[in-house]
Amino acid sequence: MAKYSLGIDCGSTTVKGVLFDGEKVVDSRLVATSARPALRMHEVYEKLWNEDVGYVVTTGYGRELLPEANKKVTEITCHAKGAHFLGGSVGGVIDIGGQDSKAILLDKDGNVADFLMNDKCAAGTGRFIEMMCRILECTGEQLDTFSPKGPTVDITSMCTVFAESEIISLLAQDVARDDIALGVIRSICRRTATFASRLPMQGSVFFSGGLARYELFRSHLEAAIGRPVVTHAQSQLCGALGAAILGYRFVK
Amino acid sequence: MELVKDLPAIFEEFSEQRKNAFLRMHELKQQGKPFVGGFCTYLPKELPLAMGACMVGLCSKDGETIPEAEQDLPRNLCPLIKSSYGYAKTDKCPFFYFSDLIVGETTCDGKKKMYEMLAEFKPVHVMELPNSQSPMGKKLFAEEIKKFKEKLESHFETTITEEQIKEAIHKTNEQRKALKAFYGLQKMDPAPMGGLDMHRVLDGVQFRFDMERATEEVKALTQKVIDEYDPEKYRGRKRILLTGSPIGCSTQKVVNAIESNGGVVVCYENCGGARSVDELIDETNPDVYDALAKRYINIPCSCMSPNPGRLELMDRLIDEYKIDGVIEVVLQACHTFNVESYKIKNYVTEKKGVPYMFMETDYSSTDAGQVNTRVGAFIEML
Ligand code: SF4
Ligand code: SF4
Repeated sequence: MAKYSLGIDCGSTTVKGVLFDGEKVVDSRLVATSARPALRMHEVYEKLWNEDVGYVVTTGYGRELLPEANKKVTEITCHAKGAHFLGGSVGGVIDIGGQDSKAILLDKDGNVADFLMNDKCAAGTGRFIEMMCRILECTGEQLDTFSPKGPTVDITSMCTVFAESEIISLLAQDVARDDIALGVIRSICRRTATFASRLPMQGSVFFSGGLARYELFRSHLEAAIGRPVVTHAQSQLCGALGAAILGYRFVK
Repeated sequence: MELVKDLPAIFEEFSEQRKNAFLRMHELKQQGKPFVGGFCTYLPKELPLAMGACMVGLCSKDGETIPEAEQDLPRNLCPLIKSSYGYAKTDKCPFFYFSDLIVGETTCDGKKKMYEMLAEFKPVHVMELPNSQSPMGKKLFAEEIKKFKEKLESHFETTITEEQIKEAIHKTNEQRKALKAFYGLQKMDPAPMGGLDMHRVLDGVQFRFDMERATEEVKALTQKVIDEYDPEKYRGRKRILLTGSPIGCSTQKVVNAIESNGGVVVCYENCGGARSVDELIDETNPDVYDALAKRYINIPCSCMSPNPGRLELMDRLIDEYKIDGVIEVVLQACHTFNVESYKIKNYVTEKKGVPYMFMETDYSSTDAGQVNTRVGAFIEML
């Protein structure tokens, strides 16, 4: 008798896989997508699959790429499911992914009531942070150690390319690296909050995606939205977990 | 009339209309038929028809000539306007080439300014379309219709009698009735046909120059769809109403996304669909200009301010077609539909309790993946 479901989320930057037993995450994987999403998905699948897996659900932009999948579900639905599982009774989800960001309104049962996607520009996504880290010569892990050194800096450019030159000119003015990074993060969080404010979210908001693991982001987002923002150590797996949860209904 | 071919072949034939119409147009031209080219559903096509001319739609629906158009026009302009201008400028559109007179209306800002530029290439007549459906507006438009008639008479050195106009009204009404009966088939639950097939017919019929024959064909097709109704084909699909800007070739991208994710388009509240076909012209009105003006100015396009007719139409369509979800697709930089979407969303979700999704797109296929994800997520939510 099958005991597990497997969810695989192929995003633009990473592929995530979750093995789920109906109650908890039994095992998980996270690898870089690189230029070969189909291959990476298959790797994750091979690593996590065993005879007890009864159902496989894929999600994310590469969801069509795994022939072994029993079902393909969009990342919106999966993130909602995953967030409801990890965050409990949250009113909405904000996901900042590698190349897009989304805001999802949940009903009280954790179903999608409405959603918005910002996929037209890279500003305010993980790409933007990658660009910033590259110029500031820091790693993502360092972000949480940053603290204000001087007056707050505002990054006004809406476009990644212009923001890049804005950062370079700030460096030329000898503005502290920490302050620039904080300025960028604040501007991303504000932009995300404005975008999400089109949905009438109530209660607390679950923050998912790769950036959610930085406390700095969580707290800035909370300040920008003006309501509690919660996250979870496994929030990066949110989409894959949601896929696995959806798949578990079919496990017999 | 009986149709010998099978349904897929007939739908295919309708989608070939546009292409085949080139040849047909050439033939008719050689026989001396005048052609009037138009861009918008506000054009009272009864007048050209009354003088024995053919009407042809010039609204360009793909992105081929946009780069050329952008040499003269701003980039952040609606693709429909850019592409229409581009086809005229590059002489790539035979419909444009063979048109003896181009007629535009003062609808949205981008379009009316573009008509000024078109006049460089071709004789253009612009009708002043008021942007409000007030009694004054109707009166003005009735005058404009008379002026249009006079323009046709002088341009083509002919006369148009009221009798001829009445006949033309009868013909177009018959076609509207036939089209309504055809797309009205989608009220059936499960739906009898796919949204792309329905669109092929609604679009293709505009390129059939023999109107009466086209009407007969639509009637026969309607009967055939009824005869071959297979309720299993679209059973369990979410029933979608599509609204927003006229999206031309992007229809395929959007409809494919809907229908490959468990939905089916059962209704188009667009130009070419219910927006331009729904209302008939009053044949009992002795004043033909008044009858035409009343009907045409009532078209519930977002160029009108206010535009209550669109909500009334949506209200009725959502009930009649048992709509599960409304998807509004707006072309990039189409301000009137973009702004109006706020009202539409509120009306649809609050008054009708039906989920609604907004999407912006253009004529390219670069966003096909994102369109697919959004539409997929929306249908999963229903
Ligand atoms: S949407 Fe409005 S302006 Fe455009 S063709 Fe239709 S009626 Fe004309
Ligand atoms: S789609 Fe919008 S902007 Fe474009 S021509 Fe029609 S009304 Fe104007």
